[in-house]
This record gives sequence, structure tokens and C-alpha cells, in this order.
Amino acid sequence: MKLFDFWGGVHPAGHKHLSADQPIRIMPPPARLQIPLQQHTGLPALPVVKVGESVCKGQLLARGQGAVSASVHAPTSGTISAIGDFTAPHVSGLPLPTITLDSDGEDRWLDREPLPDPFALVPEQIAVHIAEAGIVGMGGANFPAALKLNKARQAKVHTLAVNGAECEPYMTCDDRLMRERAAGIVDGVRLMLYALQAPQAVIAIEDNKPDAIISMTAACHGDPQIRVVVVPSRYPAGSAKQLIQLLTGLETPAGGRGTDTGVLVHNVGTAYAVHRALRQAHPLISRIVTISGGAVAEPQNLEAPIGALVEDLLGFCGGVNGEIAKLLMGGPMMGQPLPSRQTPMVKGTNGVLALTAAEAQLTTPSPCIRCGRCVDACPMGLMPLEMSKRARHDDLDGALAFGLIDCISCGSCAYACPSHIPLVQYFEYARGALEAQERAEQKSKETRRLLEQRQARLARAEQAKVEAAAKRLAEKQRAKAAKAGVGVAA
Amino acid sequence: MIAAVLSLTILGVFCGWLLGLAARYLRVETNPLNEELQQLLPGVNCGQCGFPGCAGAAEALASGKAPVTLCPPGGQPLVQALAAKLGVTVDAASGPPLLAHINEATCIGCAHCSPRCPTDAIIGASKQIHGVIQDACIGCGLCVEVCPTECLQLRPATLTLKTWYWPKPALSFGG
Repeated sequence: MKLFDFWGGVHPAGHKHLSADQPIRIMPPPARLQIPLQQHTGLPALPVVKVGESVCKGQLLARGQGAVSASVHAPTSGTISAIGDFTAPHVSGLPLPTITLDSDGEDRWLDREPLPDPFALVPEQIAVHIAEAGIVGMGGANFPAALKLNKARQAKVHTLAVNGAECEPYMTCDDRLMRERAAGIVDGVRLMLYALQAPQAVIAIEDNKPDAIISMTAACHGDPQIRVVVVPSRYPAGSAKQLIQLLTGLETPAGGRGTDTGVLVHNVGTAYAVHRALRQAHPLISRIVTISGGAVAEPQNLEAPIGALVEDLLGFCGGVNGEIAKLLMGGPMMGQPLPSRQTPMVKGTNGVLALTAAEAQLTTPSPCIRCGRCVDACPMGLMPLEMSKRARHDDLDGALAFGLIDCISCGSCAYACPSHIPLVQYFEYARGALEAQERAEQKSKETRRLLEQRQARLARAEQAKVEAAAKRLAEKQRAKAAKAGVGVAA
Repeated sequence: MIAAVLSLTILGVFCGWLLGLAARYLRVETNPLNEELQQLLPGVNCGQCGFPGCAGAAEALASGKAPVTLCPPGGQPLVQALAAKLGVTVDAASGPPLLAHINEATCIGCAHCSPRCPTDAIIGASKQIHGVIQDACIGCGLCVEVCPTECLQLRPATLTLKTWYWPKPALSFGG
């Protein structure tokens, strides 16, 4: 297959050797799980269990509400000890509504009835099962997978690109999954192809994962619909838009979606979750995470239950050596810095990194020298130096005009910057400030509407009062007239 | 018949032309700022500012006769928008917006507050504990003034994951 190229990109040190050769270890559920109700894009799920209720593994805890949402299931059996707020796996450390599940140690499954033959179902029904299993995009986007499949089927995509590039440094969870559970992934890809009604699937793997390439090629051998494509290792080849560009040469239109090019991108982890959901009636209650970094005693890949705290994950990997200079959820390029170890892992968590001071390279920024390296590195063809300058001076519309919305926050520019300017933070700030402006405008519009409605209501009430008074007066007069009439008759 | 149609048409065209001329040559010059300010104001002419309607308030604002805090129904967002438009600084403009909050322990359900709320953000009936719909509250503080038990307070809006965003990086070299 002919490969194309994408603009820019960087070659950060991989650091994958720390955990790449560690087989996936299944982590038993810790004594207490904190399961956030919002682990996906859209509205939070609504709890269907009560405090004190005992639940089985795989039981529905909260149902997705609205069109864009995802259900949440119990990762183990136990008792619901609380439904309330708990620290979100987010840099701000703000709370999210969370279900607390105390494990009973039995790990007792709900009675499951796997489907006899998923291919006997209509394609829409496959998507329904995927939605019921609470599957979201596991590459980190957290978009509900069923909705993505349905939209893509309606858009008539011609290719399903299965993303096994895993370009983030340190991350090896997809690599291990492809090496150890290739058959499951390929089955998931077939199911997704059927749900999509698309003719072909391409599994893209970076050339720094030779073992994964071998096992995946063997697993889809003889299937004319699915093939493995080796892509060169360059960050961010695993970003959906860049992957589409690599495979088809087509650029996603500004402000558009990947499916506009006729290609739908799904992560290998999502394919595996789909396989489990349809073949084993196994909802998304655990995932593979890479626990790595110089401060972790035994870096490895775990299959961990959703809701396990970072503290538990690090503890299961032999604890921490020395001091953590930076604790990240996700990779070093796009991961979220975590304010605390008391935060749960969620469906979109691909790894936890505990970096030492030497690895984190905490630097102080110096002024921009306009060398243009960020422009060379930007895979979206933007000009980060111009955008950051405008963001710094709060010229948000100016930043927008330079393509702020098209930035994918991959961090290539900040990586390439010799002045160590936190470019991505500028963009995140500018986008947040723009959203806040929009919210304020929306609120003032709403306020105006409420004020008008109130005035109308008061006017109506006044009108009703006047009418009632007139009616009373008329009735009084009629009664008087009747009385007088009776008097006359008598 | 034709004569009637023709004469009326000519009359109409002539009158229209006269009106057009009048609009051009007899126009009263107003400050363009007035109109822009009026766009920002709620536009319901409630009269709480003491000026004749929002147009009057806009005029007073433009000529500097009224402070930007003149409009109770507009709340904090309007104060900030007006301050930005007029280039004046307001003390309380920084930080998250203030919203009304009812302490349920001390609310006696007197129902004094809800009729005053310009956006109907307070719910509850007489002898029932009241509550504030945060999304509808504009932080104008009209309810706070009438609460007999001081259970109503203006508090900064709480940050959520939806409203939080990365702060601007602080640079040692001054940007």
C-alpha cells in the first residue's frame, strides 16, 4: 500500500523499552474503586444503583443519558458505599460525580449470555450492543464508540483505520495488546466493519513495534478485508487526522471531522473492547494501562479495573523510587499533569507516568527568538509562534484567525521550541477564554429572554386583574338590575 | 381608473422621496455610542435605573452621568461588558461572577426575595425553603437586600470541569 506523508512532526525519545517487554499483568481489584460518572464526551451517566446496594461484576451502575453519553458498569462485585463527588483525573483536581464501590473480594460476575452469532444481527444492533457495553474511544478521545460508528455508517465511510501507531513516548499498552491479544482485536475489527458496512480495514502500526506487526499480520492472514500497514515512527502519526493523511494523502478540512475524508479511525483498544462486549458480554470495566517512568519501581503494563486509584496502580508496580517530579495521566506529550495520586483511572486512561526530575526536564521559558522551529514541527501546518503571541496579549480573535481551532494540542511545537515556551498552554488558555466569552454571551442572551418573559408575565397578570375587576363590576350591576327587576315585578 | 392608479402612484413616489430627503437632511445627530450601549443593555425598559428606559440609560452612560453599575437586572456580566466598552475600571470586575446563594438552614420561606428577582431565578413558595437556579441568576443582589434572615448571600460561582481552563502561563521575562 502506498503511504503518503504529513507535514511536520517530531522525534521524541521513545522510552518504550521500560515497559515494552513486560507482559500484561491482570491487576486484582483494589479494596475500593472510585468510578466517575463522566468518563466520556457528553452528558454524565445517571446512577441506577443506590448507596448500600450490592452489585455484581459487570452490572450496570449508571446509564448514559441523551444522545452523547456512555453507560458505566461495575468493575468488580461489592457494595456501593457512596455516590458523590470525587477528584477527577484532571489537572485542575476539581470534583466529578463518582460512584464509590467497596470490593467484596469475590469478583463475582453477573449472569452473562454471550450472543450466539453477532453477525446474525443487523448492523444497527451491533452499535446498540456496543453502546450498552459503555464503550468509548480508548485512544484518549473518549467519544462514545457506538455513536461514532453510526455517524460514520451514515456518512458512508469506505475505510476503517485501526490505530495501533501508539506514537506517544513511554506508552506500550497498545503494543502489548497487539502482541498478546491480536485475534481479539481482529475479531473486533471485523465486527466494527460489519457495523459500519464498510469494505475494508487498515491496521496501522509504527515500525518501532516489530513484534506487534508480526502478530497482527498473522491474526488477519487470509482475510481480504483487513490488512496491516507499517507506518514510519514519527510523532504524532497516531493522531487521527495525521493517520488519515499518512494512509490516504487527504487532509481533514479545517473545522471538519476525519470522516469527511471517508476514513473512520478507531483505536486497537476500542476494537478489543468491541470484541469482548459482543463475544463475551463483557462490558468496558477494565483496560490496559502502561505504568512507567523513571520513578516507578517496576514499570509494566496492567489490565486494571476502571476506577482504580493512581496510588493503587503505582503500589501494584512496586511503589515509587525516589521523588516524583511530574505525575502524568497519559504520555509526556499530551498527558494531563495530576495534582494528586488519589485520582481514579478511567476508560480513556492509556497510562500513568511518574517522571523523575531528570526525565521531566522542568525548564524556565525564555523569550521567543522567532526561529520558526515550531512552524516546522506543527503537523497541522499552523504557526504556533504567531498564535501564542496573540494569546499572550489576549488578542483571542487574532489567535483564532491563525487557526487556533485547528490545533490538535499534540505538543510538537512546545517540544521543538528552543526557548521552552509553554505554547500548548497558551493555546489551551486562549481556547478556554474564548469558550468563557461564548458562555457569557449566551448567558446575557438568556438573561434578556428571561427579563422579557418576566415582563410579559407581569403584564399578563395585570391584564387579568383588570379583567377580573371589570367582570366583578359587571356581575354586581347585573345582580342589582335583577334585584330591581324582581322588585318591579313584585 | 388608469388616472386614479397613476395619480396615487405618483403621489406615493413623491411622498416617499420627500420622506427620504427629510431623513437625510433633517436627521438629529446622536452619539453612535448610545446605540452600541443600548445593544448591550437588557432592553426591557424596566426603569430600575431611574432613567426613562434603556435608551435613556444608554444616553446617561455615554455622557458619563451614570455609573456602569446602574442596571440591576444586567448583573455582573453587564457591568463587565459596559466597563470594557467604556474603558473604565470596576473594582469587583475580577474573579468569577457572583451568584445568589440561599442558606437553607436559615431560610424561613417569607417569599420576599422571589418577586424581586428580575430573571425569575428564585423558586419556592410561601413557607417553603427557597432555592436559586444558578444558570438563571445574574448576581444583581436585589434579593439580598430584602432577606430578613440574611440567608441570601452573593457568592463566587463555583468552578466546574466545564468552566475551568488553563491559566495564561506566567513568564519571568515579562512577555
